[in-house]
Amino acid sequence: MFVHALEIEESSCIGCSRCMKICPTEAIRIRHGVASIQEHRCIDCGKCHEACPVNAIYVKEDDFHDIHAYPHSVALIPAVFLGQFPDEISVTRIYSALKDLGFRHVFEVETTAGIFADAKNQYAREHPDIRPLISSFCPAIVRLIQIRYPSLVENIIPVKTPLDLSAMYIIEEMKNRGVPREEIGVFYVTPCAAKIAAVKAPVGEKRSIIDGVINMDSLYNRVYKKIKEQGKNYVLKQGQTIRLSSDAILSTLTNGERRLCLAKRSYAIDGIQNVMDFLDKLENDEVEGVEFLELRACDQGCAGALLSYDNRFLCGERMYGRARKAAERERNGEVPRDREVDRYRDYLLDNAFVDAVQPRSMLVLDKDRTKAFQKMERINKLKNFLPQIDCGLCGAPTCESFAGDVVINRVGLSGCIFYQRWLERKNDITRQECLAAMNAVWGSDRMGVPPDKE
Amino acid sequence: MHQEYTIIEGDFVNAGKASSSVKKTLKQLNVSPQIIKRVVVALYEAEVNAIAHAYGGKVLVDIDSDKINMVVADKGPGIPDIALAMQEGYSTARPEVRDMGFGAGMGLPNMQKNVDKLNVTSEVGVGTTVEMMVNFA
Repeated sequence: MFVHALEIEESSCIGCSRCMKICPTEAIRIRHGVASIQEHRCIDCGKCHEACPVNAIYVKEDDFHDIHAYPHSVALIPAVFLGQFPDEISVTRIYSALKDLGFRHVFEVETTAGIFADAKNQYAREHPDIRPLISSFCPAIVRLIQIRYPSLVENIIPVKTPLDLSAMYIIEEMKNRGVPREEIGVFYVTPCAAKIAAVKAPVGEKRSIIDGVINMDSLYNRVYKKIKEQGKNYVLKQGQTIRLSSDAILSTLTNGERRLCLAKRSYAIDGIQNVMDFLDKLENDEVEGVEFLELRACDQGCAGALLSYDNRFLCGERMYGRARKAAERERNGEVPRDREVDRYRDYLLDNAFVDAVQPRSMLVLDKDRTKAFQKMERINKLKNFLPQIDCGLCGAPTCESFAGDVVINRVGLSGCIFYQRWLERKNDITRQECLAAMNAVWGSDRMGVPPDKE
Repeated sequence: MHQEYTIIEGDFVNAGKASSSVKKTLKQLNVSPQIIKRVVVALYEAEVNAIAHAYGGKVLVDIDSDKINMVVADKGPGIPDIALAMQEGYSTARPEVRDMGFGAGMGLPNMQKNVDKLNVTSEVGVGTTVEMMVNFA
């Protein structure tokens, strides 16, 4: 039903509940001592992955060796990938190492950042009645809006992101040079889990044209190792390095899209909680006159992405450094090479739009409103009975979410430790039953060897 | 299902608390986003009105499976001429309220536009009661 990129390795999970507490959509529960993700609530933001102390939450990727199945394998890398490397490793060196690893071609996703901006501005002109318009760029945000803000789905611009536009450009350009489609394998190097989910289960499209996904952190290891092995006397591989415009380089950082949008009033908001605070206000019509919103799940935009190896600010500054150089070249009259994509502008713009994004609210208690109403009354009564301290010992993040689990998923109420004490007082529960209820959540043998008494 | 909220004079910081909570409830009941929006906009306007003009009051919300009833009752100066107050742009808001972006004289007209039934009763020097009803289907 819902494809997710985040998975929990049960054998490594220690059931510490850090992920459960941090999940912004309350999608995680602890059962039998391990965490589990409720698929319909997960937006693949990756907060749980960051919080996990034992790396039990991992991001599924395709096999790297799949690239060898295609004579024309393409590494489609985001600009933040280049921002991971220390200053002494040049962009050309990274391109070259990628080719040594087996990629025949290297492209940057941001090659089509300008066309993405044009498509959004075109949509804004053609739909003056829809405001504010929300960028489709961040897939975790698109999913967040689908499940939590169903009334705002129609504000999402139904346009493909630079990832898809660049893949379309690469494939079309190669086909025009006589390369058959089946020989082209486009491998997207992803900075986050949400992008993988978006490739494997695109919103508003039947299937993606991306042939495989490789995680940015694992590719960083491969490239860095290659560069170290090759040493200082290495001779660079021939081939063009794509020279992006300064605008394109910065487009995935916070404010990167906002700078290029033709709106009188716009906001760039990063971080899931910040985005939710703003959308709550927006949904109430409390914010007026907003024309465009750039919303990103990660602090500092893609520099702060889940699979970013380096610190988001160090990565961001390297990207600014590259953008400053590009801007200087532009001032000196040099045309950035990403303008070559302009020959495909009409083709890309004609194929840039997708079906409208559909809501899939996670909040609905039952499709039948009478039943939903009954469930809600039961949840409210239960909620008022529970202690409201959100201790999490029941295996749910809050008393409210636990009340929902009891009513909807028929989880036993005796999972609440306060309820157990309440029953004990009335002699309605045995010590064995208390233990069984606790084990159902946290598994047995949670305690180690008791320390010796002094 | 009954919910109650207290309104404090001049407490613009907490304007929208009732409408936000009602919004969450209606989402869970699978009420269509368009209808939720109408409810939230109307209730928010009524909340702001009471905060701006009155000396405190109450919001009473009753939700059942096919409709919502909202009553915003305040103790305040009252409205001498309700028909006039229903006209777009007519406002008696103090300048300091207008400076905060409220009081454009769109409150009651906006409520009227968004609800299925609106009933305003007022007694000068005593207070105003705004009753609103929105059907879910």
